[in-house]
Amino acid sequence: MTDLLAIGTRKGLWLARSDDDRRTWTLGEPHLLAQEVAAVSVDTRRGRPRVLAGVQYGHWGPTVVRSDDLGASWQETDSGAVRFPADTGAALARVWQLRPDTTDRPDVVWAGCEPHSLWRSTDGGCRFELVRGLWDHPHRPTWAPGGGGGAVHTVVPDPASDRVVVAMSTGGVYVSEDGGREWAPHNTGISAVFLPEPPPEYGQCVHKVAVDAAGPDRMYAQNHFGVFRTDDGGQAWTSIAEGLPADFGFPVVASPSTPGTAWVVPLVADVQRVPPQGRLRVQRTRDAGASWTELGAGLPDAAWTAVLRDACCADDADPTGLYVGTRDGCVYASADEGETFTLVAEHLPDVLVVRAARVD
Amino acid sequence: MAVRVVLPGVLADLTGGSRHLEVDPGGGTLGDLLDALAAVHPRLDRRIRDEAGALRRFVNVYVDGDDVRHAGGLGTVVPDGAVVQVLPSVAGG
Repeated sequence: MTDLLAIGTRKGLWLARSDDDRRTWTLGEPHLLAQEVAAVSVDTRRGRPRVLAGVQYGHWGPTVVRSDDLGASWQETDSGAVRFPADTGAALARVWQLRPDTTDRPDVVWAGCEPHSLWRSTDGGCRFELVRGLWDHPHRPTWAPGGGGGAVHTVVPDPASDRVVVAMSTGGVYVSEDGGREWAPHNTGISAVFLPEPPPEYGQCVHKVAVDAAGPDRMYAQNHFGVFRTDDGGQAWTSIAEGLPADFGFPVVASPSTPGTAWVVPLVADVQRVPPQGRLRVQRTRDAGASWTELGAGLPDAAWTAVLRDACCADDADPTGLYVGTRDGCVYASADEGETFTLVAEHLPDVLVVRAARVD
Repeated sequence: MAVRVVLPGVLADLTGGSRHLEVDPGGGTLGDLLDALAAVHPRLDRRIRDEAGALRRFVNVYVDGDDVRHAGGLGTVVPDGAVVQVLPSVAGG
């Protein structure tokens, strides 16, 4: 068996492979060197794995490229895979998220982009179509950019229905129950410390959302201050931050197989945005946020770095693997749900995204 | 008479390796010229302009040595025999 770890950075993409059930990893040569890779996916739904990468060609603009041979060659749609229709007057600034849909919809891939927009491909990521229902939402003109830009950075399609959940900075969580035609904000209970009280219907800066293995109605949100859980599909959120050393952070990752298990990577904020006491650690819950356990064997002390929203992910193997990439170019892998980590890479450019998959 | 387009080396892989293109005829605007280029080299065009038709922020275009941002932008007239140079601006890190 081979496990693949795709590492998107500010200056290129690296692929690491493990042939011994994730005990050791071999880092390959850089792909797409000098191009920012802020989004990547490893799509294994159709047999031959397809790597999709959302790239920014430096001065020359953003697009999505794809490889069907694990990086040996890359293809680019001539007219652009993500291209705003002329009537919008908009232009793509960055691809923030590439998310394959369920195995029952093997050609569907979603993209979250800047400016705030959601896109859907029905050909495996060669061409994406703007989801008009969200683009035309009356709230959109008032969604403000976060520090990294105004983007739909999280897309979570429900494998068993037409529900699609997105999160954006800022804007918060929006849910569609009909595949993207109608959208409603789902932020009740999520704080917005940068706005006057009470928290608004929308406008939160939700950094990441993950769906629990128990089912689509239970989700976790790492907010711009605060970690929250919903048990009703986002109708109401409650804090689950008690017990964490800090409630700021960017990623939240849910186990794909074990209900109630999720991970966050806290940062001291708002100004510093570094790990508490400079010790890089993950926090894991086994009880849907009622309690948290610090894990860090193999993670560094004196680590004044940060883990960005897509730079932490889980795999689908058993036991679940967890992967963490840092802004100082290190990547750590755990094959035991975060108990212990090994160093996969160091001295890379800032890690923006990691994604792992078993490719054969 | 054709217009000569000079590209930076980093874009040459989008034109079959050539940094020098001849586009015929001249006399139109820079926008017209880029439209003609786009019909043959669509990926090259997307490096220079976004899908809304604007020059990318860090891409500079010179017509006979003059920065079009200080002239007529995409409406700058490109005379017969002109040299149009595409250069990346000073940016990055």
